[in-house]
Amino acid sequence: MATRAPDRMAAVPPKRPVRPRRRLHRHLAYQLDVKGSPYAYVAPFFLLFSAFGLFPLAYTAWVSLHEWTLLSDEQTFIGLDNFRTLLADDYFWNATFNTLSIGVLSTAPQLLLAIWLAHLLNRPLRAQTFFRITLLLPNVTSVVAVVVIFSQLFGRDFGMINWVLSLFGVEGVAWNEGVLTSHAAISTMIMWRWTGYNALIFLAAMQAVPRELYEAATIDGANGLTQLRKITIPMIKPTIIFVVITSTIGAMQVLAEPLLFGSYSITGGADRQYQTLSLFIYENFTKLDFGFASAISWMMFLFIVLVAGVNYLFTRRGKGGLT
Amino acid sequence: MSVRTAVSSARRSGAARRLTYLTLTAVAFFSLLPLYYSVVVASRDNAALADIPPPLVPGGNFFANVARVFDTVPFALAMFNSVLVSGSVAIAVMFFSTLAGFAFAKLRFRGRNALLLLTVATMMVPTQLGIIPLYMLMVKLEWTGTMYALIVPALVNAFGVFFMTQYLSRALPTELLEAGRVDGCTTWGLFWHVVLPAARPAAAVLGMLTFMSVWNDYFWPLVVLTPEDPTVQVALSTLASGYVNDYVLGLAGTTLGTLPLVLVFALLGKQIIGGIMQGAVKG
Repeated sequence: MATRAPDRMAAVPPKRPVRPRRRLHRHLAYQLDVKGSPYAYVAPFFLLFSAFGLFPLAYTAWVSLHEWTLLSDEQTFIGLDNFRTLLADDYFWNATFNTLSIGVLSTAPQLLLAIWLAHLLNRPLRAQTFFRITLLLPNVTSVVAVVVIFSQLFGRDFGMINWVLSLFGVEGVAWNEGVLTSHAAISTMIMWRWTGYNALIFLAAMQAVPRELYEAATIDGANGLTQLRKITIPMIKPTIIFVVITSTIGAMQVLAEPLLFGSYSITGGADRQYQTLSLFIYENFTKLDFGFASAISWMMFLFIVLVAGVNYLFTRRGKGGLT
Repeated sequence: MSVRTAVSSARRSGAARRLTYLTLTAVAFFSLLPLYYSVVVASRDNAALADIPPPLVPGGNFFANVARVFDTVPFALAMFNSVLVSGSVAIAVMFFSTLAGFAFAKLRFRGRNALLLLTVATMMVPTQLGIIPLYMLMVKLEWTGTMYALIVPALVNAFGVFFMTQYLSRALPTELLEAGRVDGCTTWGLFWHVVLPAARPAAAVLGMLTFMSVWNDYFWPLVVLTPEDPTVQVALSTLASGYVNDYVLGLAGTTLGTLPLVLVFALLGKQIIGGIMQGAVKG
């Protein structure tokens, strides 16, 4: 990738004969075109990302150091006061706990299941396309639709899940009232929406693993599970790391599921039992307390970097690695 | 024992094979069940939900419920807005991503690899955390409550650029570009006459992926739009929030807002999945 091959295209000058006086002019225009246009072509992305992605993120840090509301034109610089308030705020630590709890409950089983499903799909099967499409269908469903549907399924009185549980003698679970039950319900929604998608990402990586490795292992008598552990997982480790990181970043920012679960509640339930950090930001955003909300954003950014970093090290050093 | 399929060395026992099919069928079942059940509820009335056992087949109330959806929220306007936003974003992303992908895949320039790496790295940046200044920016631009706030920031994204780079470096023969140069094409001429036609299959997949993800966007539209001029997702969340126990209404809206996408996906799913899997394999 990094080789600087001689510029093959620049070596081919325009063929059309040009009058000598205009040749220099033409040559400069040509040089400008060849050297300059690549930058012009990639510029839209970088400009747009700087303006609407990076700048707002960085500006959040500046806002977080102020007493800043949309209602007044004056913003008072208050240093780290917002952060001091934040660290002493029980709601903040509650939201942090909920975020981590939902994150672990949804991500860990999801990725294990996704790897296993990819493993099952990574062999000659009938109806391969049908299985892939049904796997991805939940991901095509919007998050709002997912929560509305699952809120009904998890309903206390008329929900289908409680109806099934009642067949086993468990009656009337109020899913959105408890801490653990609400986290389980929200994690189910996240898992339902993302397991298939991640399975397909893993499957794509698995298909790039050389067949000969499996053939040799089969001759040596290794069964499917051993092959999964000793060949597949080490070989697709870069993809696993990538998916773990992106899933972690996603899980840390969960918002729509707790916001819409049961009813539209920016506190995440009556006792804040499922208010996540994103939702806590949104709550303070709707109170127009932009300075405080920005401080939460920055704390959350630190958490994301921290958790993603820990997961990266953990995954890299994990069992069965070639490294 | 059933007949073993002798696919090179992947011989496995009939039992293991049956277990594979059983598992995948179960997964397919649980993927479809919630969607199916939402159609069931959407075509009933609220009283039917109290039945034990719960209703398992669709009823005849769907259109009456849909009419209630249109009475409760400006759903036609929401559909129009969603098509407008998703459509224009998809077209812009296809265009700008192909342009940048062409540069990254086929043109030589200083800093190319570093810039490509930077592009991929931006996918990891949690931009949702910048939402407050982004909102303030929209207030300054007087774009709050308008579709500009959804369209302009989304015109091109890192995934699209990376996706088209992958495709073009693999599928576009460099000889074709050289031939174009010999014929006196400028770089822009090459893009227009050679690259764009060649990029069409991948661009179409990218367009569909983009359309679906923009259609499903929720948080940013919720923040920046008003309930009077919403997208489909914002309208759905209004339905779901205002009438806590009116599941039928909520699910009728959900079915209406999801069905078009699910149908398109069921028809073109093979191409879309191929696209997602290609985008996943990194060089």
